[in-house]
Amino acid sequence: MSAETGLGIASLQAQALSEIAAASELTALERVRVHYLGKAGLLTAQLKQLGRLPPEERPGAGQAINQAKVQVQEALEARRANLEQEALCHRLAGERIDVTLPGRGQRPGGLHPITRALRRIEHLFANAGFEVAEGPEVEDDYHNFEALNIPAHHPARAMHDTFYFDQHRLLRTHTSPVQIRVMENQGPPLKIIAPGRVYRCDSDLTHTPMFHQVEGLLVDEEVSFADLKGVLYDFLTNFFERDLELRFRPSYFPFTEPSAEVDIQCVMCNGAGCRVCKQSGWLEVLGCGMVYPEVFRHVGIDPERYLGYAFGMGVERLAMLRYGINDIRLYFENDLRFLRQFA
Amino acid sequence: MRFSEAWLREWVNPPVDTAALAEQLSMAGLEVDAITPAAPPFQGVHIGLVQQVEPHPDAAKLRICRVDLGQGEPLQIICGAANVAAGQRVPVATLGAILPGGLKIKRAKLRGVESQGMICSATELGLAESSDGILPLPADAPLGQDFRTWLGLDDACIELDLTPDRSDCLSLAGVAREVGVINRVPVCVPPMAPVTATRDDRFPVELLAPAACPRYACRVVRNLDPAAETPLWLRERLRRAGLRPIHPVVDVTNYVLLELGQPLHGFDLAKLTGGIQVRLASPGEPLALLNGETVELTADTLVIADADQAVALAGIMGGASTAVSATTRDILFESAFFAPTHISGKARRYGLHTDASHRFERGVDPELQVRALERATALLLAISGGEPGPIVEAIIPDQLPARQRHSLRRERIRRLLGLTLDDEAIADILTRLGMELTPTAVGWEVLAPSSRFDLVHEVDLIAEIGRIHGYTRIPASHASASSATKAPPETAFDLDRARLALVDRGYHEVITYSFVSPELQARLDPEQTPLLLANPLSAELSAMRTSLWPGLLQAARGNLARQQGRLRLFESGLRFRQDATGLRQEPLLAGLILGSASPEQWGETARASDFFDLKADIEALLTLTGAPSGFRFLPAAHPALHPGQTARIERQVSAPASSPEQAPGSDPDPEASGQVVGLLGMLHPALAAELDIGGNAYLFELDLTRLRHGVLPAFSPISRFPAIRRDLALLVERDLPYQRLRDCLTDAAGDLLRDLILFDVYEGEHLPPGTKSFALGLILQATSQTLTDHDVETTLSRILQRLSAELGAKLRD
Repeated sequence: MSAETGLGIASLQAQALSEIAAASELTALERVRVHYLGKAGLLTAQLKQLGRLPPEERPGAGQAINQAKVQVQEALEARRANLEQEALCHRLAGERIDVTLPGRGQRPGGLHPITRALRRIEHLFANAGFEVAEGPEVEDDYHNFEALNIPAHHPARAMHDTFYFDQHRLLRTHTSPVQIRVMENQGPPLKIIAPGRVYRCDSDLTHTPMFHQVEGLLVDEEVSFADLKGVLYDFLTNFFERDLELRFRPSYFPFTEPSAEVDIQCVMCNGAGCRVCKQSGWLEVLGCGMVYPEVFRHVGIDPERYLGYAFGMGVERLAMLRYGINDIRLYFENDLRFLRQFA
Repeated sequence: MRFSEAWLREWVNPPVDTAALAEQLSMAGLEVDAITPAAPPFQGVHIGLVQQVEPHPDAAKLRICRVDLGQGEPLQIICGAANVAAGQRVPVATLGAILPGGLKIKRAKLRGVESQGMICSATELGLAESSDGILPLPADAPLGQDFRTWLGLDDACIELDLTPDRSDCLSLAGVAREVGVINRVPVCVPPMAPVTATRDDRFPVELLAPAACPRYACRVVRNLDPAAETPLWLRERLRRAGLRPIHPVVDVTNYVLLELGQPLHGFDLAKLTGGIQVRLASPGEPLALLNGETVELTADTLVIADADQAVALAGIMGGASTAVSATTRDILFESAFFAPTHISGKARRYGLHTDASHRFERGVDPELQVRALERATALLLAISGGEPGPIVEAIIPDQLPARQRHSLRRERIRRLLGLTLDDEAIADILTRLGMELTPTAVGWEVLAPSSRFDLVHEVDLIAEIGRIHGYTRIPASHASASSATKAPPETAFDLDRARLALVDRGYHEVITYSFVSPELQARLDPEQTPLLLANPLSAELSAMRTSLWPGLLQAARGNLARQQGRLRLFESGLRFRQDATGLRQEPLLAGLILGSASPEQWGETARASDFFDLKADIEALLTLTGAPSGFRFLPAAHPALHPGQTARIERQVSAPASSPEQAPGSDPDPEASGQVVGLLGMLHPALAAELDIGGNAYLFELDLTRLRHGVLPAFSPISRFPAIRRDLALLVERDLPYQRLRDCLTDAAGDLLRDLILFDVYEGEHLPPGTKSFALGLILQATSQTLTDHDVETTLSRILQRLSAELGAKLRD
């Protein structure tokens, strides 16, 4: 009996191992497992029949069956791991994609180049402690001119080509009225920039009737022209990300004295002379000066105690130089083929 | 201001070349706009004497001239000019000469007769736009000399773009003074001796508007030679200054205007009656001007009048009736001071701008009149002969502008410029500029020259010091002044962030003009009355925008025309609306989408954008306030939008997010529970067709003022207990807005409802007519315990009960 049993176990085991080896996929392997090791499996049945053996044979037979089970189980595991690995390899091979295909979904748009330049300007001045101030675009004559020491019939008015609504209301011709409004509403010390749209009644190859300026104003007890030079030097070299030569040329604005126009070394030709700088090597980029005492008087700031500087720059021009745009009119045509270049 | 460099160098001749001189002027605040050569290049032109003129045997219009060039045999030159005559000295282009434009003079035969050169006209030498015949030269022109050298044509014309404050530099004398100051070299004023009167002819002058004209000098000059011509040297100086010769009297006044800066006028004395009255015009008084126009004068216009009528627009332009002409023998020379405040704006009002008005508006030295008049008389006598009378001068001394006098503090100089200069340097600069200085305890008492109208304040003197010392030599200081930076509130709506959100969602930012076509705007925003420009560039750009949509739609049309089929555009900026409270300038964020929802791509079916694509973008923007649940989208109407696809966006006023100060002109809709912060919808198909916009365009606008205040995040503890999801399919009436169902359900659910997901909306087959179904996922979770089935069932049955009772909603079978 025992030999017979032994023989039976051995052949069962051999049979199981050969079926395991033959199983070519996981479901087949599972069937093999159930056939031998399941509740009604052949090896399981052998264990159940142990009780029928004489007591002295039971330990030997039990051991033999258990050994067979362990062997079959191990073979099953090994085969399973093998098949899983194969299945994974198969799956991976089938899931190969063309990674050079474009990504799906929304594509980003872009900021207008003026906004892009303005963000940079605002960021640079914010780092220097300037706050952003805003003012109305439909202005009154007082804030746009009178308070800035430009009375009626002043020759400087003729240079402004003003859009009017009526006797008193106009479209601001510069961002300078924001200076006045800020000083009217807040006492010194002040340190602001005022970006925004401005308007002049002029339209040709190099002028658009609307454009953008950034005004700057600093009012404090000790502020000098030397400080003004410093802040503008820092700004311009950072804006263009290069160590530019600057020159301050005496000029005239009714609301500042001394006044200057600031030229930078031409960023197109590095000062050698080109079409953009009209062969001069210099580009005029902003106007500035020390706040005129009369302006302080208009807003009730004591000109003996306080000094201030102010500056104003054209954003279109700065952006043209920065991005190499050659026609100011492109800014307001809003052609997507233009706008996409600044995304 | 344009002048010849050679002329300037007669006055002041620093050892610097043209380019350096120009740089000096620009860096001193007299911006050099252009430097152009006085004449185009040419060579081989010499001064010749026409010895003999004979007719050409075969050509009626040609003459055979024998021209002596001072050496060698005289040349035979054929000339076609009518004005060539024996005894004339003329410019001769000899064989081998190269004229402007590259014309090379060669031996030639004209109708069979040899010509050995060419007698030149001013035009051929590049000295005039047009000329009538050859250019006759004065009798003292040296025979044989190089014409170019003789006339000094290797000269430069310097053009200054002067700022309005520097009227003192609107003359050669003024520019020379600046150049002298900058280079520390002396200025040589040419001798200008007064003219002795040879007859006692006086023309009476009355000053009837003393404030406007406190000084008027004039002089009679009789018996001028009407045939006299302005000499070439003077014509050349005028030409290089951009003026054309007209008549010796006019040329002389122009010359003195350029030289000294004093505008003068010459009247034909025979046409004046009585005496000169300087007075204000009678309202409506007519005056025929030199330019051929007749103006009707206003009562605040200053005129020069004789006993009968106004004869000149004071300080601006002379009258036609008293103008000098080819027959004029006797003249009255005028040299006056007109106050800038009275001249300012007048020329412009009459549509004029003259060299005289340009100077009087900005200020002419009030002590210059007599000197200029003497100078002009001397020049005229040298040209036209004549007998001068004495100068008659009327003055109202107390109305003449006084020289500016200021106290200048050295401490102020230091504070303003950020520069310490020693006293000598300061005094030196100011003295060189013609100021008189008296030392005081704190600095100086400074008396400015009468020519300077711009030195009205101490700081103007300081600016002069900075300017002459050189802005370049003022050090740049990097010590930033007090900078207590104030950041905006954390809850403030960040427009920059919103812009970037839109950009990331595929939008391109546009910037459109703030003025738009009133017609287009009336179609899009008919309920508003726009603010109109009084002087628009064109009718298309005449109305201030009351909405950002006209600009966006224009931008869309432009891009559609350029074959851009898919658009996602936005703009931020002000709109301008008028109402009873006045004009409101309100910042908006607005946008437009059109075309496919996604860019064309592989692996996705193309689908046109619709309302909900746009709504998702708006919801993303509203999320930036920190309280997106405070906003409601409600059906609305707008004339430009599809009536069934328009929503207004309301912000619940009671929500903590609401602004402390209510924006003016709040909700016009009394039923509304919130404040309207924006609008979105589909462009009305009729309008789209009218505007030639193919496809459905969706528009939005958000009122940034009402989004200004956001909500700070407030942490609430995260539940440790599992969440349970229950899905409900609810059958409701077809017209029931989802928002109502959602509000009711949320309210009924109470605290346990963590999230509500709408995952399907269905209408059609298998449903009773007039109904639709919403499929909802409810996420339930408690903070203090694991939910039991009982808790969930209780909540769900409460929800269903409420939905059924209030909205007639039923569970779908």
